[in-house]
Amino acid sequence: MTSTSWAYSSNYLVYSAMAVYTLAMLSAALEVAMNVKGAKVLVTTSGESAPLADDRKSERWGRIAIALTSLAFALHFAGVIARGISAHRVPWGNMYEFSTTGSVAVTGMFLLLLRRHSLRWLTLVVTFAVLMTLGTAITLLYVPTAPLVPALKSTWLVIHVSAAVISGGVFLLANAVAGAYLYLDRVESRGPRPSWALKIPSLEALDRLCYRLVAFVFPLWTFAVIAGAIWAESAWGRYWGWDPKETWAFITWVAYAAYLHARSTAGWKGRRAAWLCLLAGSSFLFNYVYVNVWGSGKHTYSGL
Amino acid sequence: MSEITPADLSGVGGLRWFWRQLTSMKTALILLMLLAVASIPGSLLPQRNQNPIAVNEYVLTHADAAKWLERLSLFNVYGSPWFSAIYILLFISLIGCVIPRMLIHIRALSARPPKTPQNLDRLTFPRSAQSPAQPDEVLDRAQEWFKKHHFRWERESDSVAAEKGYLRESGNVLFHLSLILFLVAMGVAAGYGAKGEAIVVEGDTFTNSATSYDNLTNGSKFDLRKLAPFTLKIDRFVPTYDLATGAPIDYKLYVTARDSGGEPRSELIQVNHPLSFGSTNIYLQANGYSPVVTVKDGAGNVVMDGPVVFLPQDANLTSTGAIKLPDAAPTQLGFVGTFLPTATMDKIRGGFSTFPDAVEPRLLLSAWTGDLGLDKGIPQSVYRLDTTKMTRIGLKQLSVGESWTLPEGVGSITFQGWVRWVNLQVVRDPGKEVALAGSVLAILGLLATLFVKRRRLWVRARRDEDGATVLSIAGLTRQEYEGFEEEMNDFWNALTAEGEVR
Repeated sequence: MTSTSWAYSSNYLVYSAMAVYTLAMLSAALEVAMNVKGAKVLVTTSGESAPLADDRKSERWGRIAIALTSLAFALHFAGVIARGISAHRVPWGNMYEFSTTGSVAVTGMFLLLLRRHSLRWLTLVVTFAVLMTLGTAITLLYVPTAPLVPALKSTWLVIHVSAAVISGGVFLLANAVAGAYLYLDRVESRGPRPSWALKIPSLEALDRLCYRLVAFVFPLWTFAVIAGAIWAESAWGRYWGWDPKETWAFITWVAYAAYLHARSTAGWKGRRAAWLCLLAGSSFLFNYVYVNVWGSGKHTYSGL
Repeated sequence: MSEITPADLSGVGGLRWFWRQLTSMKTALILLMLLAVASIPGSLLPQRNQNPIAVNEYVLTHADAAKWLERLSLFNVYGSPWFSAIYILLFISLIGCVIPRMLIHIRALSARPPKTPQNLDRLTFPRSAQSPAQPDEVLDRAQEWFKKHHFRWERESDSVAAEKGYLRESGNVLFHLSLILFLVAMGVAAGYGAKGEAIVVEGDTFTNSATSYDNLTNGSKFDLRKLAPFTLKIDRFVPTYDLATGAPIDYKLYVTARDSGGEPRSELIQVNHPLSFGSTNIYLQANGYSPVVTVKDGAGNVVMDGPVVFLPQDANLTSTGAIKLPDAAPTQLGFVGTFLPTATMDKIRGGFSTFPDAVEPRLLLSAWTGDLGLDKGIPQSVYRLDTTKMTRIGLKQLSVGESWTLPEGVGSITFQGWVRWVNLQVVRDPGKEVALAGSVLAILGLLATLFVKRRRLWVRARRDEDGATVLSIAGLTRQEYEGFEEEMNDFWNALTAEGEVR
């Protein structure tokens, strides 16, 4: 196949992935809906609530949603690979490619971590977020494949960006968990959980889950920043120059370091830790969106 | 020792109180967050050392705000006194935190595991059963298991106490020490580093001495006479452009490098591949065109013959510059020039370039006579002509090889051709290896801190009133350790071989 036909295939694959993501999102929504429908809830003497109704239907839709998400991931991933083949390089050279690769990392890390952690309740959020990202990418950010500018021609592009993208995927998942924690914390302070939220793990479990996600990926993020510094040294003659991208990577790093510290030594759990996690995740997102698109500095590769 | 409160803030007591506050974990964390917050304005406002042109523009458009921003050093955040204050306090706090912690940990490394508590039931995953084995036999099995799993253990009269995971704290100390290494690296760079830039035209030779640079900054401890002795002859600069978009694909700079006393050798410098002389690296930064011109004055003398560096103005390398001839007779001569590598003419925009490579090169000139203003000793840009005391005598467009005889018999100019120039950045940073070592150690330390779990295990085996062996185990960890239960099960199974417990 020629470069152009690979590029077309990539676009078709991304469109197909979006269609399947939509179906996955609808199935996940049905799962929640079934929970609400079967909302006969037993409130035990200790105040714990448990669903009484037979939730086999909800369970089935939940499984279908995961199966569809996996299929969408396969299409999405193939689309990203095809884009790389069409451009004869790694598929992250501009904002369109950052978005498609970044969102495939979110789904990929979600499906991977699902095997060890109770994350299935996030399917609706993840598919929605990935759909939004892909929609924005293909309508607003799309640029045809082009060769890399000389500054990006380096093995560090592969190492630095892939580490940053995977870390970002997990950070966003942790953000969703922290957000859910804060919301449910408010809800629970007023009374028992509504029926749709019964399948979401307990507040304590969410708090722990958020910590585990961050602790798991923080060394990788540290590595991504350091790999970037090594690359900057060989491309620009300094390993650190407070370029806006570098500054925000540093801010993100500090915020997550503070989160881990606060949680393990200062004993900050629950609400305060969740806010700190959200803050850190927001600085990551700000770096991705604002600095890439509107910012100045040396990291302006968005192609917009 | 009694707790010192801020109430007795006099003399030594006050200092000690201040030191304790500064080196507390909470202060270190607050300072760390403060450093992050303090770095934000530098990413939103233009910074003088990164983009001086943008700062000047900002000052022109927001004069009132700029006055205040300037006072708060907000155009130079990362070199400002308040930013330095935060990171110096942070590192003092860090050192005060980590050194005592390190000493405690070194002592702990040789300590024995803590004695078996009387009541194991209060700990994590307690388990108890009768065993047909002798108490000593059970304890021997425990000892074997601890040995096999690299626990540190201590046999007591009727129990074994064991502990594992010291590496966690070692990693923690290592991580924080490596952050201090970063500070050392920054200090070395600030003291012993040097950084300079020079524009060199193809065919010219760059000699690494202070006078060869267009600008050069050096650390206070670095003697400029000790610049690495080398010369670089710029043989050829070869850019490759995408034919459809004009975007650069590749830049190759061929040079002949020569150490002091060494043989000349051919080298290639690319954007991501600097050339090194010890701790000095040479980077390819920017490039552009230098039109080659021959200028004769009114008397027929050649007053200029060679390339003139023009600065690129856009992605297609429309380049502008000035040619100044203070020695021309009868009057000083000056030219304002625009070099177009691939020239296109347009009624609105005038002449501009449509492709960065030199496909259809043209030189657009306006000629001026009068006083160039070079004798007054006021420094002026070599790329701009100060025309306040000059008169324009004509405009001309030249192709390669064409000449222009100026009106009024003041001379002539010939556009001989063009060569490329490159902007070399020469950086000496003897601290970067320290920084690299710091980052590798930081990651190793981080991995140990986050993934090694420190835990204690105890087993007790004693006879009850009936003479039967009662075996109990329990554990303790302060970390979130998912696999602890599994490990305890494994331990229990090792102690109760062949399922012999009742």
